[in-house]
Amino acid sequence: MKKRSSLNGHTILLFITIGLFIVLYAGGCIAYGSKGFTHLQTFLNILITNAGLICVACGLTVVMLTAGIDISVGALIAMDCMMLAVGMRSGIGAVPMMLLVLLVGIAFGAFQGFMIGYLGIQPFIVTMAGMFFCRGMTAVICTDQVSITKEINETFYNLANMKINIPFGGYTNKKGMYMVPYIRVTVVVALLVLVIVYLMLRYTKFGRSLYAVGGNAQSAAMMGLNVKSIRMRAHMLCSVLASIGGICYCLNTMAGSVSQALGLEMDAISSAVIGGTLLTGGVGNVFGSFFGVLINGTISSIVKTNGKLASSWPNILTAILLFVFIVIQSIFAAVRNRRK
Amino acid sequence: MEENVVLTARGITMTFPGVKALEDVDFTLRRGEIHALMGENGAGKSTLIKCLTGINDFEAGEIHIAGIDGPVKNHSTRDAQNVGISTVYQEVNLCPNLSVAENLFIGREPMTAFHTIDRKSYNKRSQKIMDDLGISVDVTQNLENYSLAIQQMVAIARAVDMDCKVLILDEPTSSLDDEEVEKLFVLMRRLRDQGVGIIFVTHFLEQVYAVCDRITVLRDGHFVGEYPIAELPRVKLVAAMMGKNLDDLEEIGKEHENTAEDKLEISAKGLSHTGTVKPFDLDIHKGEVVGVAGLLGSGRSELARAIYGADKANTGSLEVDGKSVKINQPIDAMNLGMGMLPDDRKAEGIIQDLSVRENMILALQAKQGMFKPLSRAKQEELVDEYIKVLQVKTASKETLVKQLSGGNQQKVILGRWLITQPDFLILDEPTRGIDVGTKAEIQKLILKLAGEGKSILFISSEISEMLRTCSRMAIMRDGEKVNELDHDLTQESVMKAIAGGEQNND
Amino acid sequence: MTKKSFWGRLTESGLLLPIVSLLLVMAVNIVFDIVSGNNPFNFFMITLQHTTSNGNVLYGRIIDVLNRGSEAAILAIGMTLVVSSSAGTDISVGSVMSLCASFCCMLLAGYGVSSTSTLAVPLIVGVLGGILMGALCGTFNGTLVAYFGIQPMVATLILYSAARAIGLLLCNDLIVYVRNGSFAFFGSFLGPIPTPIIITVICIVIMTLLLRKSALGMYIQSVGINPRASRISGLNSKRIIFITYIICGLFAGIAGIVASSRITSADSNNIGLYLEMDAILAVALGGNSLGGGRFNLAGSIIGAYTIQAITTTLYALGVSTTQAPVFKAVIVILIVAMQSEPVKAYMKKRRLAKAAREGGAV
Repeated sequence: MKKRSSLNGHTILLFITIGLFIVLYAGGCIAYGSKGFTHLQTFLNILITNAGLICVACGLTVVMLTAGIDISVGALIAMDCMMLAVGMRSGIGAVPMMLLVLLVGIAFGAFQGFMIGYLGIQPFIVTMAGMFFCRGMTAVICTDQVSITKEINETFYNLANMKINIPFGGYTNKKGMYMVPYIRVTVVVALLVLVIVYLMLRYTKFGRSLYAVGGNAQSAAMMGLNVKSIRMRAHMLCSVLASIGGICYCLNTMAGSVSQALGLEMDAISSAVIGGTLLTGGVGNVFGSFFGVLINGTISSIVKTNGKLASSWPNILTAILLFVFIVIQSIFAAVRNRRK
Repeated sequence: MEENVVLTARGITMTFPGVKALEDVDFTLRRGEIHALMGENGAGKSTLIKCLTGINDFEAGEIHIAGIDGPVKNHSTRDAQNVGISTVYQEVNLCPNLSVAENLFIGREPMTAFHTIDRKSYNKRSQKIMDDLGISVDVTQNLENYSLAIQQMVAIARAVDMDCKVLILDEPTSSLDDEEVEKLFVLMRRLRDQGVGIIFVTHFLEQVYAVCDRITVLRDGHFVGEYPIAELPRVKLVAAMMGKNLDDLEEIGKEHENTAEDKLEISAKGLSHTGTVKPFDLDIHKGEVVGVAGLLGSGRSELARAIYGADKANTGSLEVDGKSVKINQPIDAMNLGMGMLPDDRKAEGIIQDLSVRENMILALQAKQGMFKPLSRAKQEELVDEYIKVLQVKTASKETLVKQLSGGNQQKVILGRWLITQPDFLILDEPTRGIDVGTKAEIQKLILKLAGEGKSILFISSEISEMLRTCSRMAIMRDGEKVNELDHDLTQESVMKAIAGGEQNND
Repeated sequence: MTKKSFWGRLTESGLLLPIVSLLLVMAVNIVFDIVSGNNPFNFFMITLQHTTSNGNVLYGRIIDVLNRGSEAAILAIGMTLVVSSSAGTDISVGSVMSLCASFCCMLLAGYGVSSTSTLAVPLIVGVLGGILMGALCGTFNGTLVAYFGIQPMVATLILYSAARAIGLLLCNDLIVYVRNGSFAFFGSFLGPIPTPIIITVICIVIMTLLLRKSALGMYIQSVGINPRASRISGLNSKRIIFITYIICGLFAGIAGIVASSRITSADSNNIGLYLEMDAILAVALGGNSLGGGRFNLAGSIIGAYTIQAITTTLYALGVSTTQAPVFKAVIVILIVAMQSEPVKAYMKKRRLAKAAREGGAV
């Protein structure tokens, strides 16, 4: 009985992703070391900027494992931010508002999940409608940009500005001041989400059944799994994670506006794909998606540090990566089919 | 209930709209036996299996299972599993992206105190299960890393570990090679010795005689008989499946003259398609009707597909009209004057949502090319002509083809090919599922076409209709062309050739 | 077979959904006008108005719908073919529009120039360049879908996220203005009629002719309905799918030129924003199954104008541009839910029960 090499295509993809991140980051350090790229804070800033995206990418990984997709997450985040901003402006506390946002996420995800799981409608179409709905609702709540200031809600303001210092990796700046590296609360939340989703995918029945549904939905049903319910719950989880991401996003931007988080869903999807999640379902890992986010963040950071490159380069580079990874995936799939 | 019996089905009857799929069928399975369920297309094998596993809802009859009082009625595969009936299909119903151990335990994983999956424990248990069954795999590896045979064995292991008393193997060997089949048989015998009752559905006669203890034959939804393997030689089995009693076989006289000319239309040398049909030679003359006989899955359709380029031939050479040709895809064959009516009308024949007219002119249009559309008037003229020739019953030319009856759909596809004026036509089961009158019409049409100098390759599971039309027959068995009969074509000689084995050394 | 009622025939023709939707929108307009004390047929009123730049031009809500709906209608033509042949959607058309507009304006203004009133190259070169860029994008998408076997949505995701950025790069990160009357023509008026309407009509006529005068339409539907049977009958399924994506890209290019000409500039970030959604919605609203197969071009075009009519009506009702998507979302959900198998099965069961027939779905 032959056993094929344990280094299968998916593991290779993940290693390519991690390797790519290291190469990119090292390249940035070499090229822009003089501009402070080597400082720990540069890396932490990537985490801070992308905390919300990490949560969203985890959510998308979950639905993509079931061979689904969710393009409503960017709009949902815009709606979350607007709800938070307007809610707190009208005097509701930060904690009740955050809970409300999560509840809306659950309800919204449940509706989308029902349409996808039980009515069998294509995830893309359902979540496209979801995207329209959330963008529109954001404007229905308020058409103006609403900023969250200290006066509006002090708790939220303090939460947003809280620095969590890191005891190592600091540097002395030009004025001779020692700069202590720090992260924000959002990074802690994002990393917690990452670890929890990772553990859930690996060690719970629900987590494993996501893989089973994505691997072969018919088999999963034959083996006694409730495929419809699993699909629905995956989409609910995605919306909830997007809502958590929305809160993180709001803590970063401290505002609600109709055009917030435009195209964020595509960043999250490309992160997941670059991280080795198959769009056809069944294969993927949130750590891969995490590295996907880091790669996107590093590209933006390099372009920003360079200062001369056109602002559209990050988008183009990400798309090129996306293209390369999608083609590699399709080649792997073709090879696997030929072996059968 | 007999002492050793684990499952009995009595008087199972089931109708699909318009068709009686099973009528008063009995089936008995004993402990520790491998029981073959045999029958040709439409005999009701899979319907019966689906009744046992709860996928089909039968109307009459009872199923009893040892240890359970009263009749059992399953409503889902889950119900069936709960009463001890597990099924393993040809298409492995497992998840290739999960590990072997996970595939064994998904949906019933052992849990730890923290309500998480106990990976260690199920990996250990899985390894033991596989070792006990003599299957050497690393259970932590993904299933897709193993061959199909191993995947099938994992599926069987899962079924067995779920305490199944009845294991149904539905054509498990169709995509395995000989060595893998042998390994599967070792496992089947081991399970039989452990007392599991196994229902084995296959269309490979060799395999039935290699591993089974008993055979039940179905035909046209009816129970034909149950026989211990020793009492049913191959020829009798084939006769039982095909519906002729050997003792009173009538000699069916040829109703036609041999219209074959000397000139060769098709000459295939060493053509093959990996995994479906082994290299074969075949010559077909102008004006000749050549039949291909064999059981379902014997490679009879695949032989035709390899010639036509529906499955591109991997080896061998082909001459059409004396010229050496290369066929990569169907359009190449069509440009050489070929046409093929495939056996699966729904999957490869009709374009369901197009009209009768569009369906009929499709092939000619494809031959002409996109930018040389047939004028509407020309289309209507052709379609009217062939609707008349073939006597297609349709409300109008613009009726969607899916609204027609099966026989008329078949005529539409036949018309599609006749419109292209082919020199060589492959007809794969053209009469399946259509009424007797239409069958006779199609047989007459075949003879008429041959009379016009066209060559025809005719594939059918009804030997009698091939005897009526063919002047020569190629015999297929287990993916190989084993024989060619050109004189003394009788029901008996053909059946003997199909059955092979002790009657016919090859 | 029983004789079919008018209703039955309308259902079968596939135009029921788009026509009923369009009538509904019109009815809402009439009710709204009555309630607000206007002429009940305000929606249908067409008047001549004098403008300083274009002389006397047609004016009215229905003209506005036809004019503003042009881009969506043009996109819907290509989208219909893509959906039919490949059972998937091309989500890149909006971004490709933007790229084509940028490329066209870059050619006309010259690289790096942000504003010009004289053309760097003849108008025709710029316009053809823009349209060809669309075809190029279509070729890229088509290759991935047809020859690499990648799901349409995934394959087109790449250009969806890259095309705008490439356009911005071509324009050197600027919004390029081409303030030249000849370029503005495509977005303004020909005589009294808005040019986009004329361009749309030309596109529809060309496509209709192509479908009538070649076997393309039958090929596409055949491949979309049953690719295996199509292959056996001699069609090259991959090539046909490939062609539909090229056509879709071409039309995206044309729509991009129109959109860009309206504002005489290449605003990469805003041209064609969300228009892919409108085009997909138009196809669905036109009674076409998003699962591929038989298509109905007329339905898609009526669908596109229906969406524009909805948008125009919402604006007339005082709903803001940004709020309007809520209504679109509700419409999408209603349409797809009605088309879904479980709901259809339920409706069929009810119909059967109503007809008091025994048996139900066996």
